Amino acid sequence: MRGGQGAAEARVLQFTNCRILRGGKLLREDLWVRGGRILDPEKLFFEERRVADERRDCGGRILAPGFIDVQINGGFGVDFSQATEDVGSGVALVARRILSHGVTSFCPTLVTSPPEVYHKVVPQIPVKSGGPHGAGVLGLHLEGPFISREKRGAHPEAHLRSFEANAFQDLLATYGPLDNVRIVTLAPELGHSHEVIRELTTRGICVSLGHSVADLRAAEDAVWSGATFITHLFNAMLPFHHRDPGIVGLLTSDRLPAGRCIFYGMIADGTHTNPAALRIAHRAHPQGLVLVTDAIPALGLGNGRHTLGQQEVEVDGLTAYVAGTKTLSGSIAPMDVCVRHFLQATGCSVESALEAASLHPAQLLGLEKSKGTLDFGADAGEGASQGYWAAWPYL
Amino acid sequence: MKLIILDHYSQASEWAAKYIRNRIIQFNPGPEKYFTLGLPTGLPRDHPESYHSFMWNNFFKHIDIHPENTHILDGNAVDLQAECDAFEEKIKAAGGIELFVGGIGPDGHIAFNEPGSSLVSRTRVKTLAMDTILANARFFDGELTKVPTMALTVGVGTVMDAREVMILITGAHKAFALYKAIEEGVNHMWTVSAFQQHPRTVFVCDEDATLELKVKTVKYFKAPPQVNRKGCIYATNFGMQPRWQANAHTSAQSNGSS
Repeated sequence: MRGGQGAAEARVLQFTNCRILRGGKLLREDLWVRGGRILDPEKLFFEERRVADERRDCGGRILAPGFIDVQINGGFGVDFSQATEDVGSGVALVARRILSHGVTSFCPTLVTSPPEVYHKVVPQIPVKSGGPHGAGVLGLHLEGPFISREKRGAHPEAHLRSFEANAFQDLLATYGPLDNVRIVTLAPELGHSHEVIRELTTRGICVSLGHSVADLRAAEDAVWSGATFITHLFNAMLPFHHRDPGIVGLLTSDRLPAGRCIFYGMIADGTHTNPAALRIAHRAHPQGLVLVTDAIPALGLGNGRHTLGQQEVEVDGLTAYVAGTKTLSGSIAPMDVCVRHFLQATGCSVESALEAASLHPAQLLGLEKSKGTLDFGADAGEGASQGYWAAWPYL
Repeated sequence: MKLIILDHYSQASEWAAKYIRNRIIQFNPGPEKYFTLGLPTGLPRDHPESYHSFMWNNFFKHIDIHPENTHILDGNAVDLQAECDAFEEKIKAAGGIELFVGGIGPDGHIAFNEPGSSLVSRTRVKTLAMDTILANARFFDGELTKVPTMALTVGVGTVMDAREVMILITGAHKAFALYKAIEEGVNHMWTVSAFQQHPRTVFVCDEDATLELKVKTVKYFKAPPQVNRKGCIYATNFGMQPRWQANAHTSAQSNGSS
């Protein structure tokens, strides 16, 4: 539980006058932190006979675990899919700016790109711990190019690929080494997808179904092969049909492996998903809901016209359009806005809304012992950094 | 003795809490002057229902006491009797117990001084009586086999050495024990009865706990304030008097009001 010998001498920080999210409830408890971990104060009191070195009054606020954004394409003018010489500083900028929206860990997302881009960009974004400097990078989310032509959405058609004769080798050839990769979104109806899904899963990479025309049966088979996530539910997949619910049907499927929880991303910005659809998904399968921003580089740029790569984008409030049109050009709602909108649209409890942005993505990535939670031993940090964030006086 | 009868459990609790608070304030503790509050202890350390967890969650984490000023008997000590003897020494070193707060078992025991305990006993290991094991089973999912059968406890003599003793008794299931403790003689089968010989004891109870007492006893202790008699403390009299007055009857309100 403790972080080693050195940590025992580190300063003990006690947050008081707060409500903390623990065990699915908001409790009136103090939060104790030492050496980058949440501390059990009872052990400190009885075994070490120590009190806190510093106490911070949270003014009655909620202390929630830091949010985890597993789908974010860029922000503040930075585009993760752009192959520049210094990708690292773009990632660092986004990491720093999303802290103020409560995100303390994220998966930079790359959209469908040619292999040269992956070979150049992927090695430049290593897994990195967060801190006061910025949110931590948990690994990359590669969305495409192994997706459906019909459901490509805004992904460029020219760079779509399928697994040809060599299945997983084709994937490796496209992406390059997978050390920094955490999530891959693919369409399971592509040939050889099951081999690929199994290979990725054995390497600890989370496989997500999206941008696909798969029916429910194909989706269920993909889950049996190892898929655990659905990329932005409802968007870029077949619509729910009562005789074949498609990928959406995974939320209530009874043909999934026992004990497996299927997680699904939702963009709760008030635009990409009708609130009624959001409620249907939430009511059908609340434990699997993962809030994502799917934010584009226009996030945080403010109203007006912006040039992003080859595109001209017009930002108006929380919506971004292709300039001069009414075509949505991606999401720009930051995570804290998504959480608030989700809370208001579904009428769920504050605890559920917070867990959808912290605990559930942590569970998706198998990190729930250290992230997305305020349990003893979980990661924490000084200031507004990884593991926790004090906010929410109004909820 | 003083017998304070409140209508309900919550009022009895509040009264007791405020009494302790007043006593601490009136005592005016400081770095060289410790107000030593005694509480009964016993179960093994790591159990979720251990007194360590209980005391932490219900008391220590809500106040600013320094851990070095808390002393809990360690049921996991290698030499239990040495642990008990050391505890007695620590009490002496702190200047003796100023106020001991305890409850009463259905068999009339104070702390874990089961029926048959010597009335001059000191801190030691005790085997628990079946009544006590049954009463504690609710903390162990109702499984009798999981309830510890031994406990470290302060002795009756240890508590008698305290300058003041406050016993909290609530509920009808304690009524018979209260009757035995205060209306019958001093008897080692009902160890709380030992406090009949203590100069300064307060029993705080709710209506249900008085069910086995004589009407005369209850009326005496619930008498209206105009009657000049020893030992009636009014529930609303929580003002910070500079000195504790044993015979004070300063207000005309009845006790039991919230």
